[in-house]
Amino acid sequence: MDLVFTNIVNGLMLGALYAIVSVGLTLVFGIVKVINFAHGEFLMVSMFLVYLVTTFFGVHPYFSLILVLPAAFVMGMLVQRLLIEPLQNSDEHIMIFATVGLSIALINLMLLIFGPDILNTPSSGLRQPVNIGSGMFLTGQLNILICAIAVVGGIHLFLTRTQLGRSIRATGQNRSAAQLMGINVSWIYMVTFGIGAACVGLAAVLIAPLYPTSPEVGQYFVLLSFVVVVMGGLGSITGALVASMIIGLVDAFAGFYLGANVKDLVVFGIFLLVLIFRPQGLFGGARNLSHVS
Amino acid sequence: MLKLNDVMAGYGSTTILHGVSLEVNAGEIVTIVGGNGAGKTTTLRVISSLIRARSGQVQFEGRDITGMKAHKVVEAGITMVPEARQLFPEMTVLENLQMGSFTRHARAHYKEKLDEVVGLFPRVAERFSQQAQSLSGGEQQMVAIARGMMACPRLMLFDEPSLGLAPIVVKQVFDVVRAIAAGGTTVLIVEQNVYQTLKIADRGYVIENGEIVMGGEAEQLIGDDHVRKAYLGI
Ligand SMILES: Nc1ncnc2c1ncn2[C@@H]1O[C@H](COP(=O)(O)OP(=O)(O)O)[C@@H](O)[C@H]1O
Ligand SMILES: [Mg+2]
Repeated sequence: MDLVFTNIVNGLMLGALYAIVSVGLTLVFGIVKVINFAHGEFLMVSMFLVYLVTTFFGVHPYFSLILVLPAAFVMGMLVQRLLIEPLQNSDEHIMIFATVGLSIALINLMLLIFGPDILNTPSSGLRQPVNIGSGMFLTGQLNILICAIAVVGGIHLFLTRTQLGRSIRATGQNRSAAQLMGINVSWIYMVTFGIGAACVGLAAVLIAPLYPTSPEVGQYFVLLSFVVVVMGGLGSITGALVASMIIGLVDAFAGFYLGANVKDLVVFGIFLLVLIFRPQGLFGGARNLSHVS
Repeated sequence: MLKLNDVMAGYGSTTILHGVSLEVNAGEIVTIVGGNGAGKTTTLRVISSLIRARSGQVQFEGRDITGMKAHKVVEAGITMVPEARQLFPEMTVLENLQMGSFTRHARAHYKEKLDEVVGLFPRVAERFSQQAQSLSGGEQQMVAIARGMMACPRLMLFDEPSLGLAPIVVKQVFDVVRAIAAGGTTVLIVEQNVYQTLKIADRGYVIENGEIVMGGEAEQLIGDDHVRKAYLGI
């Protein structure tokens, strides 16, 4: 019973991490209609930033949020403005090449600057175990869960209750009608990309004290986020949250009972099953995502 | 108020508009009538800057707005109610109206405009919290018009607002267009429903294959032989 509890807790915490990363990814897809294959590298670059800020100023890693969050936001905005927007009217394959290219470029840039070695951000007590009964998890993991709830809830409120949030949704639902309302859609795209990147900025601050930082770390975390986003339904924030938790729980249980080697098999098996029976994902509507000319 | 001067425009390598010139004076209802594919929507898209003119000018209130960003055109005072409604399907009716009131100027008048719109479309007010996609075609058209009004435009462009609607609803739509014009908003409406549109319009233009082939007083056009043969089936 206690083992089950521990696995549930661990699964939810892992799921929370995927949720923060995936919400950014699915938001960008839902609004800008771009699959950002460099999303993981936004995370990776942000983790290096967390490392640098934390060690340079000798502060608690969470303090780096003050710098990392705006930096990630601006990074996202610039990528949209300088890379995506000039290609927005071209073939969608070109967009894939562009973001995959950016991903490779960022990995190699970081390899060039920092080398292939692993960097460890000081954990500042965040790896302290917390015991509930015989269940055990880390302080830092609990914070991830709290932040995931706050981020998903916050983004939901932002999108439904603020004028900027509503105009982001409007742009995603009908780009040219949004223009006819007086919405500057290229600005909306930049803001959306910025928010997507800021999500991984936050994730980086939470992850860096718990996991080692290296140029490949983005690939590791984001592969499953793509699974989550597709499984939840491309563009659906609720879907991303639910799918994150499912993947997190499956990962924890399969990892515990079947071993680390088999767990990926189970995760992707479930992913394939969802795709076979619900190709649009758990929460994907039959919504027409194409731009209306 | 609005003046198109020898406008050429198209998509990709095809040219659709071969030098369109027309004029709309403040306070008028002007219509562009023409068959399917004649270039009516394209003309409105050029005015609202959804597409660029290849050559020629668009002037609004004495200002050259050719090639202005689409959202700037709205700020300048022109709002378009697009063909096929183009609502935000997964937003509520009220949210759609809030989007209509996006510009700074419009937001300052949000309350009074909302009251005006509710007065004109009581049915829309009953549906405020429903998703736009759940409405009937006629209701959607009313929301689209209401959303356009929320922007407080001085010139309102209508792209075939009667398309696909039941005759009784068509009549309501034209009544609303007339009411909007009576309220002081200048109207440019493009339609295939030639007779009913000319009935409410002050002046009209006939567009064929991307060219204005005729223009004049609406009554005069209704009596014109070519118009009667080609568009009124008389
Ligand atoms: N987005 C587009 N891309 C390419 N061609 C288009 C597009 N929209 C319209 N056209 C073409 O332009 C011509 C005029 O279309 P349009 O202005 O929509 O006519 P109307 O509104 O009078 O029915 C048509 O031949 C149509 O096929
Ligand atoms: Mg048309």
